[in-house]
Amino acid sequence: MTKKILAVASAGGHWQQLMLMRPAFAAHEVHYITTLKGLSEQFGASPASLVPDCNRNTALRATLCFVKLIGLILRIRPDVVISTGALPGVIALALGRAVGAQTIWVDSVANAQEMSSSGRLAKRFARLCLSQWETPARAEGVDFAGSIL
Amino acid sequence: MIFVTTGTQLPFPRLIDAMNELAGALDERIVAQVGPDHGNWPSLECRTHLSPKAFEAHFREARVVVAHAGIGSILSARVFRKPLIIMPRQYALGEHRNDHQIATAREVSARPGLYVAHDQVALRVLLARSDLQKPNAGSGAETRRLIGYLRNYIQNAA
Repeated sequence: MTKKILAVASAGGHWQQLMLMRPAFAAHEVHYITTLKGLSEQFGASPASLVPDCNRNTALRATLCFVKLIGLILRIRPDVVISTGALPGVIALALGRAVGAQTIWVDSVANAQEMSSSGRLAKRFARLCLSQWETPARAEGVDFAGSIL
Repeated sequence: MIFVTTGTQLPFPRLIDAMNELAGALDERIVAQVGPDHGNWPSLECRTHLSPKAFEAHFREARVVVAHAGIGSILSARVFRKPLIIMPRQYALGEHRNDHQIATAREVSARPGLYVAHDQVALRVLLARSDLQKPNAGSGAETRRLIGYLRNYIQNAA
């Protein structure tokens, strides 16, 4: 059965990792969300929407991002929300969970020693939580199932 | 041409300073994406940010790319098959929130086409080499495993 997937990643490494995971979504209807204009077009990822980038230190931008994501999630009604990071992805997972979507977090492969801080936050909202390294996966009690590197 | 990139988020003046000092001996055009930073680097063609399109164009044109040890840079080097020299950001120098880039550098340093320079001396030695290799393009068994796992999970998600 075709599912509606919301795939969220901030610009840079998070987005590139999400793009490498696209074969996993191939059978489904995917809506992409990122934080930099022109990025989804460069990768031919459509439809796509932009949200403001944010982190723990940018409360206003996080609020704007939250509001934008509420609108997107209510419109798209995804069956699955997946993110590789960072904070915009955590917010999307929390909202996805609230509307009954399956939620997947794949922690960035940048975190070989310990899980990212957004990953530790995302763990609360993710039904499936993966680290791409075995050591942090064991330390955080999450799953390891391969890596894009 | 040498393309230097510090990623999308943070400045990395230690790397840009090093490239500016090495430029004289290199006799090669150097384009540097320096991020939110305003130093004086007369030997470099500096850009604050690059559009995704311009980033790709510089990456493709470069002989070798010098970057912070960010995953975006490493994956780009793989996609565009360019030798990549990475300088990991150090927490002790206020260059990142923690030392995850040092861990990344350690994990990828044995792979073909990826070189690690922790300081300017190592950077100079690597940039002088004419035998830098290209990274492997394809995705390995670990990547296929991850994609297969996600595909199954999504398929079976109720």
